[in-house]
Amino acid sequence: MNVELALFYFFSTILVVASLVVITIRNPVHAALSLVLAFVVSAGIWILLEAEFLAITLILVYVGAVMVLFMFVVMMLDVDLVPLKEGFTRYLPIGALIALVVIVELAMVLGGDRFGLENIPDPIPKPEDYSNTKELGRILYTTYVYPFELAAVVLVVAIVAAIAITMRGSRQKKYVTPEFQVGVRRNDRVRIVKMAAEKRGASKTDNDK
Amino acid sequence: MIPLSNFLILGAILFCIGIAGIFLNRKNIIILLMAIELMLLAVNMNFVAFSHYMGDMAGQIFVFFILTVAAAEAAIGLAILVVLFRNKRSINVDDMGSLKG
Repeated sequence: MNVELALFYFFSTILVVASLVVITIRNPVHAALSLVLAFVVSAGIWILLEAEFLAITLILVYVGAVMVLFMFVVMMLDVDLVPLKEGFTRYLPIGALIALVVIVELAMVLGGDRFGLENIPDPIPKPEDYSNTKELGRILYTTYVYPFELAAVVLVVAIVAAIAITMRGSRQKKYVTPEFQVGVRRNDRVRIVKMAAEKRGASKTDNDK
Repeated sequence: MIPLSNFLILGAILFCIGIAGIFLNRKNIIILLMAIELMLLAVNMNFVAFSHYMGDMAGQIFVFFILTVAAAEAAIGLAILVVLFRNKRSINVDDMGSLKG
């Protein structure tokens, strides 16, 4: 067994265990943390596949932004966890059975006799000065420039939609209506209070209280 | 020398864990969103593996776009979740039957 294969099995074991933890653990904060672990080890697997740029993007975008957003929301919402796990043990046997059957079926189709090294050999190693990022950028800004700009539009729509959905409307607005502001008079703002002068010592003790 | 089938089966296992997560955690929307992220990760794994073995960069471009759309989806989904919790004080799926259709 060579180093690459050993690394692959190491990463994929952690990946499968972490994703099992995501769907079984009770606490959503722990689920989010183990999803972070799953993303990090799959970035390792993508580096084994020589997709360095996407591996770094996965860590920066998913671990750094999306999962932090998840953690933020999970911790912000004061969720009552007890009723959320109802039915878990009831659905566990049938769910696990179906998942196992699907995995076995997919493994039979995707197994080594069709997608093994004999049918699909390892690609020729890239030259030493090959840069995955450079190549990806070259294609992205030439052939795929139009979808790239559409992706930017999708992100803008996401920003606007997320803000528009969560904005609370009139309850927290604090602006002053202009006609009220123009029509304001001196007596609305300033009140002159007449009072007798006090001795210094008296006011001092008054403040000290 | 890792065969392509290893990556494909790993993707299949991840995808099935995601589906099982949706079935098992039918009450908790946060875990449902996380299971969807797991399934997207499985699909991305297949794209990257095929891109590497076929020598075609288009697969990696596609993963790039999937990452973009998934980030947008997570942002909007969590925004909806926050509004839902603000109005109902709960994220239980069973409490969401108020939309008469």
